[in-house]
Amino acid sequence: MSERVAVRKTYKLFIGGKFPRSESGRSYLVQDSNVSLASRKDARDAVVAARAAVKGWAGATAYNRGQILYRVAEMLEGRRDQFVALGSSVDEVDAAIDRWVWYAGWSDKLPQVYGGANPVAGPYFNLSAPEPTGVVAVVAPESPALLGLVSVIAPAIVTGNTVVVAASPSAPLAAVTLAEVLATSDLPGGVVNILTGRLSETVPTLAAHMDVNAIDLTGVADADLAAELEVKAAENLKRVLRPAPADHDWSADPGLARMTTLLETKTVWHPKGV
Amino acid sequence: MTATATSARSELSELGRSETALRTFLHGLPGVDQVGAEQRAAQLGTRSIKTTAKAEAIDLAIRMVDLTTLEGADTPGKVRALAAKALRPDPADPSCPHVGAVCVYPAMVPYVAEVLRGSGVHLASVATAFPSGQAPLEIKLADTRAAVEAGADEIDMVINRGAFLAGRYKEVYDEIVATKEACGDAHLKVILETGELATYDNVRRASWLAMLAGGDFIKTSTGKVPVAATPPVTLVMLEAVRDFRAATGRQVGVKPAGGIKTTKDAIKYLVMVNETVGPDWLDPDWFRFGASSLLNDLLMQRTKLTTGVYAGPDYFTLD
Amino acid sequence: MFEYAPAPESRSVVDIKPSYGLFVDGKFVDPTDGGSFKSINPASEEVLAEIAEAGSQDVDRAVRAAREAYEKVWGPMPGRDRAKYLFRIARIIQERSRELAVLESLDNGKPIKESRDVDVPLVAAHFFYYAGWADKLEHAGFGANPRPLGVAAQVIPWNFPLLMLAWKIAPALAAGNTVVLKPAETTPLTALLFAEICQQADLPAGVVNIVTGAGETGRALVEHPGVDKVAFTGSTEVGKAIARAVAGTRKKLTLELGGKAANIVFDDAPVDQAVEGIVNGIFFNQGHVCCAGSRLLVQESVADRVLESLKRRMAQLRVGDPLDKNTDIGAINSAAQLARIRELSDAGAAEGAERWSPPCELPDRGFWFAPTIFTGVTQAHRIAREEIFGPVLSVLTFRTPAEAVEKANNTPYGLSAGIWTDKGSRILWMADRLRAGVVWANTFNKFDPTSPFGGYKESGYGREGGRHGLEAYLNV
Repeated sequence: MSERVAVRKTYKLFIGGKFPRSESGRSYLVQDSNVSLASRKDARDAVVAARAAVKGWAGATAYNRGQILYRVAEMLEGRRDQFVALGSSVDEVDAAIDRWVWYAGWSDKLPQVYGGANPVAGPYFNLSAPEPTGVVAVVAPESPALLGLVSVIAPAIVTGNTVVVAASPSAPLAAVTLAEVLATSDLPGGVVNILTGRLSETVPTLAAHMDVNAIDLTGVADADLAAELEVKAAENLKRVLRPAPADHDWSADPGLARMTTLLETKTVWHPKGV
Repeated sequence: MTATATSARSELSELGRSETALRTFLHGLPGVDQVGAEQRAAQLGTRSIKTTAKAEAIDLAIRMVDLTTLEGADTPGKVRALAAKALRPDPADPSCPHVGAVCVYPAMVPYVAEVLRGSGVHLASVATAFPSGQAPLEIKLADTRAAVEAGADEIDMVINRGAFLAGRYKEVYDEIVATKEACGDAHLKVILETGELATYDNVRRASWLAMLAGGDFIKTSTGKVPVAATPPVTLVMLEAVRDFRAATGRQVGVKPAGGIKTTKDAIKYLVMVNETVGPDWLDPDWFRFGASSLLNDLLMQRTKLTTGVYAGPDYFTLD
Repeated sequence: MFEYAPAPESRSVVDIKPSYGLFVDGKFVDPTDGGSFKSINPASEEVLAEIAEAGSQDVDRAVRAAREAYEKVWGPMPGRDRAKYLFRIARIIQERSRELAVLESLDNGKPIKESRDVDVPLVAAHFFYYAGWADKLEHAGFGANPRPLGVAAQVIPWNFPLLMLAWKIAPALAAGNTVVLKPAETTPLTALLFAEICQQADLPAGVVNIVTGAGETGRALVEHPGVDKVAFTGSTEVGKAIARAVAGTRKKLTLELGGKAANIVFDDAPVDQAVEGIVNGIFFNQGHVCCAGSRLLVQESVADRVLESLKRRMAQLRVGDPLDKNTDIGAINSAAQLARIRELSDAGAAEGAERWSPPCELPDRGFWFAPTIFTGVTQAHRIAREEIFGPVLSVLTFRTPAEAVEKANNTPYGLSAGIWTDKGSRILWMADRLRAGVVWANTFNKFDPTSPFGGYKESGYGREGGRHGLEAYLNV
């Protein structure tokens, strides 16, 4: 009996819950596969998809978002081997799954930890609560391909933001495969959008885009590029997460800053009277 | 009065025919936010009224005083003395104006009338089973008629707070209408007893109810319950008379009563009148203070302004 | 008629020196490479004092002093001792409140009743609040051992000179940072008096440094490589320039910028209080307020009634001498600001909006602008989009709650918003949807040291006030 001929996968972009090819029709060879080479237009399309998803995702209950993030962990658990086959260590995959679980639990706790009643000196009810900032552009770290990616996506979306992620150019397969996990996890289309290709093509577009509320430069290793992107981001005062140091320990406790930097605090006052 | 105001007035006069219509109207009035109303009143209280403005304000305030005694121990001698003081508050200074009115129980009216006759000082009497109002209507009306016959030209009636708080607005309305009728030519001041109404929303509703029923004045308090006139209550009532005039063309007066003891307090009220309803109400015909001890403080401050020296209570009559 | 006689607050409580140096390392010093400029009273155009202008060397000197104080004194000092210095400052501010209020009104043009009853009490409260945090930082929710950032460069505006100083300095010092602060060039005097208060409190030298000057001084300060943190309150335009300037550095940045807040009045609003809120929202501090309710969105069904009440109320506003205790609206802070207000108002009229001001006599000297409303304004008008920063209200109407939200959010700004309705569930529905950092429901322009303040979108980022305000000055 002859050996079975394998069915190979085409790795495409993930925009608005669908898997389109780059509108430019280009791809590049990486990790022995042809991967879509996203264009500036793809980046803009992804922002449109992300913006369209904000209302529903930010408006979903925290319980609902938490369950969906936990569902992502469940789906990922079932695909462990696939990510190991793409080059992640078993430990990394474990940590990535656990990170989804960790963030899933924050959805309905962060507003309690990060907001609350303020005892103002007057007859007023006064409450501060965090809200998602909106659309976040994320530059995923070059590596670790899966854990790094999860560690930047999960904190952005758990609070209700939607993201456009520029995947690691050298190891994009984990990102596209994660997209398959997300697509089967009840996550509404457009909440996470993933672009593969060259950072120099997509990220400046995202940094300058006036309908993007924040940018996470974690994966930008080139300091000059990071500064240039931050300058572009200033045009509409995007919230900025600066690049992570090269020696960043992705297995350490992430803390809250990744979530809180992408939040707005809204404070509501009302008089107390009869 | 404009045509619109006339038609609004006739529409509003229909409200009293139906409990439902009254309720719908009163509950449709804009709400009052307690904190905001109190802040506005406090803010008006920070106005600094000095020198010439203060002198004018003091004389105006004196002219607005309803010099009041409402004690079980009132006697003919006591009220005659009070009436004499009303005519000449500061015997040492003939330029000092007389007060707006003397306010006494119905039984005391004849003694006061003797003193005030022809003076221009009005004679007010609390009728309608003051201060509780808890008597049968015919007795309250008889009380009113007796006071008017004895010489009162202003009647201070109390509304039936029990009926108001129970939502029986028509009952309250009808009593005011009947009392107004019993007053004849005498002016009717309707005491809301705001301290018992508990909320500013109720104060606004009661103000409108009293005005719709024909009251000439709305007055805060009897002085017989712990909470009497306050600046925010008066503010809400001033807003009501302002809006009522805008809707109907009829001007209604306002009388805060009880707890106003100092010149400083009185001037705060005048500032509030000035900035809420304007100069049309800065007149004893449209604004009064129900007070007793206030007058002496006004006189002391008046003397201070004219002489530059702080006076003492020994220099003013205690009647 | 009841005319209020003049009731001027005495200016004799304030001793203004003919000239002021820079406050560096605990002492007033002459600038080494800068010149000087004059601070004037905007109500009279009288020169109040000659003020040193810090050049880049002076800024460098101040940053070095702050660094030295951070490393040797303030950083290592136990939180409980930092707290005591801040409590001392709060107390001195309370004791000298009248002096501070008069000086603020002289230099800024704001009515004495506001500097006396709002600004200065809030300043003291702010120091008192943050003083208490200094020895409790490990309990603030930023980890077990939150560390200060180092030297904070702080640039503040002219609209609330002393209050903005307090918003900047109090949390910075509580968290263990030292500061170099630049007050606005038109309103430096209360910051310089604050420097004297620091001396009076025996605050260690170099912990607070005040460098006076204009844009160039500010630029030198925020661009100085020795600062770890930049905090700015002012225009969105300058905020963006600062964001660009710190790009690629390790400097942490917080920005509190412009606004074009919607003040939304529904048909079931407590109308008398709403009118007060509208007036307070746009005429408080001559409208020189970043969170001013400069767009009135009124439900069409009550628009006529609300406008009638508003106009009647506006006719009661007393414009004039800031030191008169009965003044409601004082002087516009500068000739430049007056020119901007005039330019935008003229544009409003030219674009077809209907302009109205109550009859009001303005003084001959100084910078004045009558309280003004524009009706018939649409979203397309410049006066509905651009921040005027003056006593000018644009009135728009809406029909439904959804339309109100849409119009309110239809701006690049997102600092504040107001909602007036007696219906509780509508307030919460609206509050959820308004993209603004502060939402005042059935009230407006309320501030408190415990309450975080700051914007969405182009109104800036970071929060000042409350526990959140500490985060801007900690390494979290």
